[in-house]
Amino acid sequence: MIRKPAYLWAHITTITSLLIGIVGLTKPSNEAILLAKYPKSLSEYGFHDRGKKGFTPHKSLIAYDLKTALFSDHSEKFRYIYVPDGQVASVSDNGVIDFPVGSAIIKNFGYFQGNKMRLIETRLLLRRENEWLALPYVWNETQDDAVLKLAGARLSVNFTDPNGIKRTTDYAVPNKNQCKECHGVNDGISNKVMPIGPKIRNLAQSSIERLWAANVLQPHGAPTNASWDKGDNGIERNARAYLDINCAHCHNARGSASNSGLFLDYGQSTPVTYGIYKRPVAAGRGSGGLEFAIKPGDADNSIIIHRMKSNDAGVAMPQIGRAIVDDEGVALVSQWINQIAVKK
Amino acid sequence: MIHKIKAILLCGAMIAATSLNAKTIEVTAGANAQEKLQEALILAEEGDIIALSAGKYILTDGLSLDVNGVTIKGLGEDKTILDFTDQKGSGEGLLVTSDDVFLTGFAIENSKGDGIKSKGADQIVISKVRVEWTGGPNPENGAYGIYPVESKNILVDGVQVYGASDAGIYVGQSQNIIVRYSIVKHNVAGIEIENCYGADVYQNLATENTGGILVFDLPDIPQQGGRDVRVYNNFVHNNNTANFAPEGNIVGSVPAGSGVMVMSSRNVEVFENIIDDNATANILVVGYPNQTQDKNYNPRAIDIRIFANRHGKAGYKPDFPGGDLLAAALGGSLTPIIYDGTGENIQISDKVGAISLNMAKAGRPLTEARPSPYPSDSEFEGQKLQPIILPAVMEDKIFSVLSKDELPAK
Repeated sequence: MIRKPAYLWAHITTITSLLIGIVGLTKPSNEAILLAKYPKSLSEYGFHDRGKKGFTPHKSLIAYDLKTALFSDHSEKFRYIYVPDGQVASVSDNGVIDFPVGSAIIKNFGYFQGNKMRLIETRLLLRRENEWLALPYVWNETQDDAVLKLAGARLSVNFTDPNGIKRTTDYAVPNKNQCKECHGVNDGISNKVMPIGPKIRNLAQSSIERLWAANVLQPHGAPTNASWDKGDNGIERNARAYLDINCAHCHNARGSASNSGLFLDYGQSTPVTYGIYKRPVAAGRGSGGLEFAIKPGDADNSIIIHRMKSNDAGVAMPQIGRAIVDDEGVALVSQWINQIAVKK
Repeated sequence: MIHKIKAILLCGAMIAATSLNAKTIEVTAGANAQEKLQEALILAEEGDIIALSAGKYILTDGLSLDVNGVTIKGLGEDKTILDFTDQKGSGEGLLVTSDDVFLTGFAIENSKGDGIKSKGADQIVISKVRVEWTGGPNPENGAYGIYPVESKNILVDGVQVYGASDAGIYVGQSQNIIVRYSIVKHNVAGIEIENCYGADVYQNLATENTGGILVFDLPDIPQQGGRDVRVYNNFVHNNNTANFAPEGNIVGSVPAGSGVMVMSSRNVEVFENIIDDNATANILVVGYPNQTQDKNYNPRAIDIRIFANRHGKAGYKPDFPGGDLLAAALGGSLTPIIYDGTGENIQISDKVGAISLNMAKAGRPLTEARPSPYPSDSEFEGQKLQPIILPAVMEDKIFSVLSKDELPAK
């Protein structure tokens, strides 16, 4: 008799969630995206079906992929764009997408445990009235919702990497300020949060086409980047594309590392500016006793490689968002550096 | 009377500056310090004070503040200790990226990278803060203790920094700066002003570093043409610690035993300091020693004025290749002031020996030096630079946290 109410309740919730599914009551919430200060849980946004485990996206969310992705400790990432009904994101000549107010970018991080996905965190970028707001959410044990972690978190995670090696890592969920460290762009007046991945030059062609088909992206003719791991563009282009997506969000003239004078964005054409014979400025022990960011022909004596290979706080680059070395990235950038002609 | 008026003005300013809902957020040391403190830093609003209790905060990641107008106030640099020995991520202990921030009364220990970094901030006051690597000089220590960069209106007041593997107090690519009343010890560089526009460095104690106080201008970074720096009234004593900077960094080239060193830069005045017992030289004026393709960069020291300093012994154990031979040729010891000869309008009127090495180019081996006495007293044009003036609200912040008996007598 005592169990009956619980039993009934289970039925009621199932029926309710079915009803919500049918009539579409669970849908992205303007209130959460635009108005609430810091919604405490991911479910408040209505981006996913709370009645199911994991992240089953609402039908208005459009999945996208990048040509070259940021390395995040071998985690699997599932990315979605939400644009309010009837609105369209415009595209500038340089391929930056201007999302309408009320849009959101949703990025889920997780690891396969066997063949089951275990979600770790979801990072949101919310397009509010005058700014983007970045917030991190950490998934619960039951995998039906994620809770706000403004101050970030460290989580011990076990997984098997792409080479079949079992690993344990002290996975770092960034705090709200750290989101901005990478996503911040100084417009000369203030430092504003901006999306990094969803730019035309970074988006996979299939994703661009999907966004077009859904009528949420304006047609455009902006140029695109190389895809570094597809090996189809020459080593230099691939390595520069890798550095662009993994480093240039800070290492550009308007980013967190502007003071270094080392700018790794794809468009840089001055060799010293993108590292060739560039001396360290404020690297401290990050320099590893080496003279140049990139020493042509000598990856092992290039500071960039030294810092990509380190897991030590104060040396490791990027400074946040990575606790494991990206061996393939190191191999690619090393290969490029080793083939750069040595200056006489 | 003046102080009374000042106090009245101060009250007015504080009322005006404090927003209606300003509050004090208390944070205590103990379990989960990382999340509690970082969350307080994120949820703080303009005008708030984050009050840190006494005790040791065990931190596992870097902290950051990105809200304007916030004060972080501990109970003293020996009582409220932010311990980063177990830090796993981030490039510094505390990062400040907002304006009008006041940091006071706490210590940062053993951060993996820099101690306190402020980037792109306007009006930052750092007072009575200690940054220390507790194991003493070690190349594994973080680079900078106090590190404002690309900032403007900076007041560093009464801080202590020990053990930085680059510079204890380093102000880079910034403008309108005061560094005063501070103690820097066991760092590679005690205080370094690099690629800055307008700085006053006064009444500091720089001792047992590799170099005491440096004024540098470097190429291949966004803000260049460092200028208008006054270094005066400092005690720069016994900076003979072997250089422990990781190689590759420019301070790695600073000879042990350097008191005050000016590298490239324009319009620098070094005066009324007491500079004593620095084994290479009490004052060095040199050009930038490395090659650069940077066409906008001026590698020479220009318009440097050195006057009215009091010198103790110097030059008795120069720490650069060939220095011992040069010292022997000069009678066993180098002069207290050494100029590499590559600059322009270098005026020295101190009443001690000075030599020019008459190098054709900075950074060349000493075998190319043609040393000669450097008398230039007759050319001395006198003091030219004006004092740095910071917005009054910055000074008021320091007064606002003083107890009654710390306030100046009426």
